[in-house]
Amino acid sequence: MTTTTPRTPGPASGAAPAWRRVLAQTGFETRAVLRNGEQLLVTIVLPVMVLLGLTRTSVVEIDTGGWDRIDFVTPGVLALACVSTAFTSQAIATAFDRRNGVLRLLATTPLGRGGLLAGKLLGVLAVEVVQVVVVGAVALALGWQPAAGGILAAVGVGLLGTACFTALALLLAGTLRAEGVLALANLVLVLLVVGGGLLVPPGQLPGPLEHVATFLPSGALGEAMRGALLGTGVPALALVVLAAWTALLAWAAARFFRWQ
Amino acid sequence: MPTSIAPSGADGATPPARPAEDPRSGSVGPSSGAAAPGAAVHVRGLVKRYDGRDVVAGLDLVADAGAVTAVLGPNGAGKTTTVECCEGLRSPDGGSVRVLGLDPVADARALRPRVGVMLQDGGLPTGARAGEVLRHVASMYADPRDVGELGERLGLGSFARTTVRRLSGGQRQRLSLAAAVVGRPEVVFLDEPSAGMDPQSRHAVWDLVRELRDEGTAVVLTTHLMDEAEDLADRVHVVDHGRVIASGSVPELLSPDAQDDRTLRFDAAAGLDVAAVAAALDAATPGGPGAWVVTEPQPGSYVVAGPAGPRALAALTAWLADHDVLASRLTVGRRTLEDVFLDLTGRHLR
Repeated sequence: MTTTTPRTPGPASGAAPAWRRVLAQTGFETRAVLRNGEQLLVTIVLPVMVLLGLTRTSVVEIDTGGWDRIDFVTPGVLALACVSTAFTSQAIATAFDRRNGVLRLLATTPLGRGGLLAGKLLGVLAVEVVQVVVVGAVALALGWQPAAGGILAAVGVGLLGTACFTALALLLAGTLRAEGVLALANLVLVLLVVGGGLLVPPGQLPGPLEHVATFLPSGALGEAMRGALLGTGVPALALVVLAAWTALLAWAAARFFRWQ
Repeated sequence: MPTSIAPSGADGATPPARPAEDPRSGSVGPSSGAAAPGAAVHVRGLVKRYDGRDVVAGLDLVADAGAVTAVLGPNGAGKTTTVECCEGLRSPDGGSVRVLGLDPVADARALRPRVGVMLQDGGLPTGARAGEVLRHVASMYADPRDVGELGERLGLGSFARTTVRRLSGGQRQRLSLAAAVVGRPEVVFLDEPSAGMDPQSRHAVWDLVRELRDEGTAVVLTTHLMDEAEDLADRVHVVDHGRVIASGSVPELLSPDAQDDRTLRFDAAAGLDVAAVAAALDAATPGGPGAWVVTEPQPGSYVVAGPAGPRALAALTAWLADHDVLASRLTVGRRTLEDVFLDLTGRHLR
């Protein structure tokens, strides 16, 4: 008869500690985004251009309600940055990783599916830190004066928005073809920017769009971010809408995501 | 000179136990139903359906530690699905799969550090550099192999700084193999490991596979390449239509009745007088008239069946010399694995 290699049994024999695996995946995911030209375009260049376009030109009319234009616009741009990374960039990256078998291969290493997911989420947050630094620096240079008391609330809103849009990203990436996700993720970003209440408050959108955007996660994220950073307080309705979307999308992603 | 890959554990540790029995002593025919509690991989009655169609239909398979086990079969035979069930990537619809005594799906956490996987479609992140991918996979393990040394073994150095997207098929395969073994696994699953490789790469891969085997690793590889199975495998499971239709060592599969394999084959000018050849052989060997049957199944390709031996060979070549016929090829007895495979699975395209 044959014998197998004698090894100390146990769940983690041979694996690196879980925190190290997740950290390694986080670094890998973050570098992948920051190295990829198209991803940088969507996550860094686009928000900065929107910020400059809305503050230094008058191409788009926004009623700032008496606030300084830079103070009114910057929270919306940060919300856009959050969506571009958590949703567009993540959806595309995950869809192609899924098509190329990367998700399956990593699932066979000690990282596992849980570690992969954790690494992706932390990778999104790491990219967002870079975005906040870049967008924040540009905004401050343009005279942005955020409400100091609302910064903590803004961080919380950002985390909730990240959870919500990452769930949406995984739902698309885990159910549709990679090419479809590529097209859809960019299209949705454009639609949310134009009419989703991210930059322009839902109340200023024409006709029925006002009511639609109020109940979209994008409108809720934009309103919550503006409330926090303008110092007027985060609207409860926005928080409820965002939390409800997060719960729904997380459930759907967990339910419908296909690894292969 | 290639450096040896150290066995798992610290230097100087006791090498992994080798099978006490020669792994080549397998049985021919549908794999033995005998329980194999020590087997590294033990699949019994595996069933997997896609859209109501049985892709794997009651497959049995055993792979031992310290042995290379080839799963050989035509495209669509169910090879990949079978190894994916062993890797925990698919849940079986029936039967049981045990890897190192554990269930690949339920005990995935315990198995992942001990099992290395090379997927058929690679599964490499396309945007990262080759060296970075290997280092990243290595970082998932507590005590990975030396990445530089492994890279040297497989010739990854020349493209370590190239992004995966720009690698050739063979380069990707070598990187995938490196990623599969970097964690010092006890069991490695290699799905079509040398597909798309040039001959040099194939031999580098085969050398590494042999070395893994000698260190006590259970290597399971799927292939439809006869020479790969023939050169590498200690045991071959021939799979077709989701079942194992034959298994055993290569010599066993090649000549199930080695004592009775009495065939000479030769290629020469078409239209030779086969009756005269048979008569010449009858006269030269002790079997008497009718002991030899000579046929020409394809023009110019002859099969000479009878009590083959040195005398018969001499008589055949003498007859050819007398008739001024030059044989361009002459083989004695041995079938190739390809002959066996085609006999078992049929010659029609699928």
